[in-house]
Parts: sequence; C-alpha cells; structure tokens
Amino acid sequence: MKPPLQNLVARLRALMPDACVLYEAEDLAPYECDALSAYRARPLLVIIPETVAQIEATLRLCIEFHLPVVARGAGTGLSGGALPLKNSVLLSLAKFNRIININPENQTARLQPGVRNLSISETAAPFGLYYAPDPSSQIACSIGGNVAENSGGVHCLKYGLTVHNIMQLNIITMDGEHLTLGSEALDSPGYDLLALFTGSEGLLGIITEITVKLLPKPVATTVILAAFDRVATAGQAVSDIIAQGIIPAGLELMDHAAIGAADDFVQAGYPRDAAAILLCELDGNPAEVADQLKQARATLESSGATEIRVAEDEAERLIFWAGRKAAFPAVGRLSPDYYCMDGTIPRYRIADVLTRIKQLSTQYQLPVVNVFHAGDGNLHPLILYDANIEGELERTEELGGKILEICVEVGGSITGEHGVGIEKLNQMCVQFNSAELIQFHAIKVAFDPAGLLNPGKAIPTLHRCAEFGAMHVHHGQLAHPELERF
Amino acid sequence: MNRDNDHSAALCQQVKAAHDAASPLKISAGNSKDFYGRKVEGTPLSLREHSGILDYHASELVITARSGTRISELETALAENQQMLAFEPPCHTPDSTLGGSVACGLSGPRRATAGAARDFVLGVHVINGRGEALKFGGQVMKNVAGYDVSRLMVGAQGTLGVLLDISVKVLPKPEREITLCFEHDFEQARQHVHQWILQGHPISASCHDNGQLLIRLSSTENSLLNARQKLGGEQLDLDIWHQLRHQTHPFFSAHPKLWRVSVPPATPLFAENCPQLMEWNGALRWIASEEDMFAEARKHGGHATRYTLNSEPADQVFQPLATPLLAIQKKLKASFDPHHIFNRGRLYPDL
Repeated sequence: MKPPLQNLVARLRALMPDACVLYEAEDLAPYECDALSAYRARPLLVIIPETVAQIEATLRLCIEFHLPVVARGAGTGLSGGALPLKNSVLLSLAKFNRIININPENQTARLQPGVRNLSISETAAPFGLYYAPDPSSQIACSIGGNVAENSGGVHCLKYGLTVHNIMQLNIITMDGEHLTLGSEALDSPGYDLLALFTGSEGLLGIITEITVKLLPKPVATTVILAAFDRVATAGQAVSDIIAQGIIPAGLELMDHAAIGAADDFVQAGYPRDAAAILLCELDGNPAEVADQLKQARATLESSGATEIRVAEDEAERLIFWAGRKAAFPAVGRLSPDYYCMDGTIPRYRIADVLTRIKQLSTQYQLPVVNVFHAGDGNLHPLILYDANIEGELERTEELGGKILEICVEVGGSITGEHGVGIEKLNQMCVQFNSAELIQFHAIKVAFDPAGLLNPGKAIPTLHRCAEFGAMHVHHGQLAHPELERF
Repeated sequence: MNRDNDHSAALCQQVKAAHDAASPLKISAGNSKDFYGRKVEGTPLSLREHSGILDYHASELVITARSGTRISELETALAENQQMLAFEPPCHTPDSTLGGSVACGLSGPRRATAGAARDFVLGVHVINGRGEALKFGGQVMKNVAGYDVSRLMVGAQGTLGVLLDISVKVLPKPEREITLCFEHDFEQARQHVHQWILQGHPISASCHDNGQLLIRLSSTENSLLNARQKLGGEQLDLDIWHQLRHQTHPFFSAHPKLWRVSVPPATPLFAENCPQLMEWNGALRWIASEEDMFAEARKHGGHATRYTLNSEPADQVFQPLATPLLAIQKKLKASFDPHHIFNRGRLYPDL
C-alpha cells in the first residue's frame, strides 16, 4: 500500500471498526462488479459504514484525498451503476438494513437504504399494506438502489415507478450537507428535488433514509393467460385492452422462445405452440375484478386470442406467474450467456419493433428472446451469446445498441427501468443533444461541484458523444457537428 | 398537428434576448393563477398563442400539447375517448392552460388516490435561461434516461424554464361515479375514510366540511352497488367535486384569508378555532386564518401556502425552506437560468 493510502486507511479505521474498512485484494474482489458482470474494476477501498456520521466522515476524507465515491446497495443493478472506478472508494450501504418504522395510519414506512425491497411488503403485510414497486430482483435488491435507479417492475402500469411511491429522502451531499427532500405530506414547497433525485444513479448524493408510500393490499386478484398465433396480434391486443379503459395491474408478453424455455424450467403448463402469450393481471375489490375480467376477456377474444385461460384460484394464479418470473433464469439455460436489454417504446409500435428486432437477430446471428412489460411498452430483449467465443460479446453489445436506437427512433427511451450506468452511455448521445447533456452536467455540479460522486456514469461527456457519433452516423448526419473532431 | 400556433422559435429568441440583456421576464399563459405565488416584475412573455394538441393516441394513455393549450380543450379531446386528466388540475378561469397547470403543480380532489400533477408528467420541451429549447423525458410511461428534469419543472412556476410542450399521462374515466354523504365529526371522518380504503372501497375523493363527510366512489357498476350497500350514507347528486376542484365551492369565496396546508393524512385536527375544509383523506386542509400557518404546518410535518387573492408583495407565500435546501435550489436555478431572468422571486426572493 502506498503511504497516502495507508494514511487514509488509518484515518478511516479511527472512525469505524476495522471490519468496516476493506483494502486487501481478496476482500475487494466481491465488489468488482454489480449484476452487469461483463464490466469489472477493483476499487482502492471498500467502506461499509454503520452510522450516518461514518458516511459523512468518509465523504469528507474522500474530498480531502480527492477520491471518487461509488455508492452500492445490493449490487443487483443491471447497468453498472455500482461498478467501482479503479481509483475510487466503494461505499457499501449494506449495514443500513433496518426498517425504522411502519406507520399504518399514514400508510408509510421509514427505511434505511439497505433494506431489501421484498422485506418492506413482508413487514407491512400484518397491517394489510404493501410496497408496490416490485423489480424482478426484489428478494435481493435494496430500496436505496431502487431509488437511485427509479426501479420499476411488473406492476408499474397501474401503480407507478419508484418515483410515484416514495415520500421523503434524507440525503448527504458530497459537501456533507444533510438535506430532507419531500415529506410525509403529499407535496412539498420549492423545487421537486425528490423527483430529481430519484433515478439519479448515485451522482447527486448519498441516501441515508427513505420514506415510502404503502398501499392497501388488493382484496381480489386474478390473472388471464391469453395465447396468440402471431406476436403482432398479441401486441395489438395490449393496446386494445388499454383502449377499452382497463388498467391491468400487470400486462406481460412472452414470445415463443420464452414460453418454451419457461415451461421447460417450471412446468407452468403454458400453451407451447403459441407464438406469444399475454398475462393480464387484474386487481381491486371482488366486484370490480369480476366486472373487469368480463370486459378483458371479451376484448382479448375480439383481438384474436386463440386460447384464454383464467386462473381458477390463487394456486393457479401463482403457476401462471411462475413461468414469467422464472423466464430470465430459464432463458439462461438456453445459452452460456445472455444480455438483458431495457428499452421503452409506445405500445402501438410493439409489433413493428419486435419484427425489426427479429431482422437484426438474423443479421447478427444471435438469437433474441422477448419477455417484457408489454403494458408499459418496456421491452427486455434477451440476446443469447457465448462470452467464450472471441468477439461475441462485442457483437452482442452492438446488436443491443441497435435495438435501443430503434426505441429512440420510434419515440421511446433507451432505458425504462435499468438505468444508464456505464452500459448505455453511448445511447445517451443518441437520445440527447449536447445542450441537453450540458444541462445535465450543470445539475450535477449544483449538487457535487467537485464531481466526485459516481463520476463518468449516467451522463456521457460531450467528448465521448463526439467519438461515438463519429462511428455512428445517424440519418446521414454527424451527431454534435459543433464539436471539434480529432 | 397544428403548425400555425407553433411560436417556439420566436419564444426562444425572446428568451435569448432577455438572457443577453439580463432583463427579467414574466411568463404567463391564461393568467388564471397569477394570485398563486409572489408578485413578479418583468417583460411579459406570453405562451397563450403557443397552443394546440400535438399528439394523442388513446391507447397510449398519453397526450402531448403546447403549453398554451387550454385545459378545457384537452379535456374535450380526452372525453371523446372516455379519458381524463386524473390529477384534476384546478382551473380558476376558463383560460387555464396546460402550461400554467403543470408549472403551478396543483392537483384536485383525485390527488390522494390517482396522484399529483408531477406524477403524470412524462416529458417536456422547455426553453432554458440561455434561450435553448431542450427536450427531457418523452411520451412513454417508463423512462429513466438522464435526470428527471420533466418532473422538476412541475411546481417550479416557470422559474427554471419556459415550458413549450408537455406530454402527460392520462387515464380512462371511471365507468361510474357516485357521491355519498355522512354526518361525522372530523376525527370520525378521517378514520372512516382510512378504514374504507383499507377494505378496498374505490374512494377517489373525500371532503370534510361543516360536520359532513363526502366521499366520491369511482368504479364499475357492481363495485359501486356493493360499496353503496356496505357503507350506507346518503347518495347526493350535487357535483361537489367540480366545485372543489376549481375552487368555486362557497368555502373558498367565504374566506379571503385562506391557507392551503398540506400535512401527513393522519394528522389530528389542529387550528380548531379556524374554519376549515379537509380534502385528500386528511392530507389537505384549507384553513381560514388571519395568522400565518407556517409554524403550525411545520409542527405537523407539513407545509403551508398563503392562498390569498391579494397578497402583499412583501408577504411570504410559501413555507420557508431550510437553509441548505434553499442553497441547493438556488444553485439548481442558476444551472438553468444563469442570469435569473425567469419569474424573478415568484417562489422565494431568490428563486
């Protein structure tokens, strides 16, 4: 260890127990990546503080030593948001795992950032309440990470994203200021910093406490499984249901390959010859669910479903969902590796975009499996590849990038719920022009003038976009023509 | 798409000129919420003519319109597809616009169940303080690319930028709505509403005033029949929710010195001696008081707004902010509007 680092370690150890300061190579190894494991870097140190005062002191030392800080929750993020930088301090919030209280009267829960998503609903269940956003990693992912990424899940269509389900954040800025954003009331004075902070990917501050909104558990829930002989018909059915005035709690689409993989994996009894299935969940009070079920069924029939099944009971509802929930690991059995994309499109473009993905899949000779949040127009194409084959990861990333560019072209976004992180920096150059990127950087400076919080993530530099633009000429026009080329 | 009413280029030029001269602008459209906030001086920048619906696909649950578009025009288009603006923006006059509604960020009776204006904003085109038109967010429900600047604009009252056009999420209109009335004191009313919501009754608005609890139920036919049977109460035909939404309810005109106090919903009755009306299942209290309500609101974990037609220029309108919070908001303001030209002092003396 070099002397300055030795000095830093000694000063950190004076502030917190020795076990909270990791610097040996074997202790650092588990923190080299998050769930985007294709990218790895070893941080200088990993700090696992136990108190807010220790977080604050760590930030102060990082300013003094001019070291970047990368915050990490459970490390389940899919875009590399918690990927350490080589010369950084990784700040793990794993020990902040306490549910501070559940307030059934106000229907809120106060949480430390390391609390697991699913444990919120488990703890709130005796009060008849739950926390709505349910990212697929919910047994492991932390609420702090959910806020940093503005995570979604299966039930966003009706219940919203993380930003719609949090009330208050306590944060510390890099300068050590303690701020309370939002409140337990339904609005707050001044600018909506709560919204700005949600999804800011660890670039604006460190979250020390979160108050979330809890909802009453729906009294009744049911699921319809509808099969289709063409993916396009299933895509159209999604729009038809919504145009009918029904907002399903969840509306998921799986294509033929996903149906087969999931059914092999969990024996969900899916119609394996179908080109696509839709899972349409309805919830509310029993009378409401019964009325909507009738309506949804009629809509699916007239939209051309070849088969419609309604879960008879809770056990069957869970079986219908089991295949969808196991779809990612099931696809994992089809191929040594898969790459999960995350773009959003207007719903009425689903059929068109799926066709174009299929063409790209053929062109790149990489199979693509589709299983996604159709109700939100949130695609998750899974590209199957083998990382051991020279160049295959690079081809996969290129194909993924093309898919995201299609999303932008049809009026959508390069990320619906996984975040930009390190993964989609290039596609940010497609979605935003330089004036917009400059505005993003200016927001960052307002919170973190030294630029030490998770630098290089989420918002690309103009230089990077110029380099990327030089490779990808968009509609025959160079991106960022105002920048000097080297 | 109506191109005739696209004034964005001229608006950008006006802002650019104001930036170069560091000369303040006063942004307006329908002028219906001029009373809301501190007095602003500056060259008028009107969005009134910059209007028209740009895009609307009913199955997408999104409508995009220029900010000078009247709320009434939007609601007419939505009603043709049995859809609505679920945050029920208050329109103090028929001239209320989308831009003004989003900039002020106010929401009506459905807020407690459906969400606030900020929850429905998906994307904006906005002119920053350098006269550049920027686009943030989009027309899709889920979008986490870049910071959420669209929602930051909601409630900023134009101090961060001039809204050009806005995409908002819309929702299907409920199949049916009924209003039930009960004789309850405040505490009974609050607790009943809380219990009924937990039981799954489709309460989409509530109000307590003058010893009466009113609730609106929104759902399918059978669900409402069921609720009607279980809850009792008297069914009313009066459209009280329209009056509450647009603040034409007699309570508002009867009390010129009015405070809008936003608190956690379970907050017990306070300022007992002041006439007051409760909405949002307890989370919104309209309180008539000569005294300012800032300290009282803070004590209960909320905030107060002076909601008076004729506030004095020196009056504090919005709840004072903690010093570090105000400091970061000033820096944020400077990042959008370096010469401090937009609606100077509308929210706070320095914002």
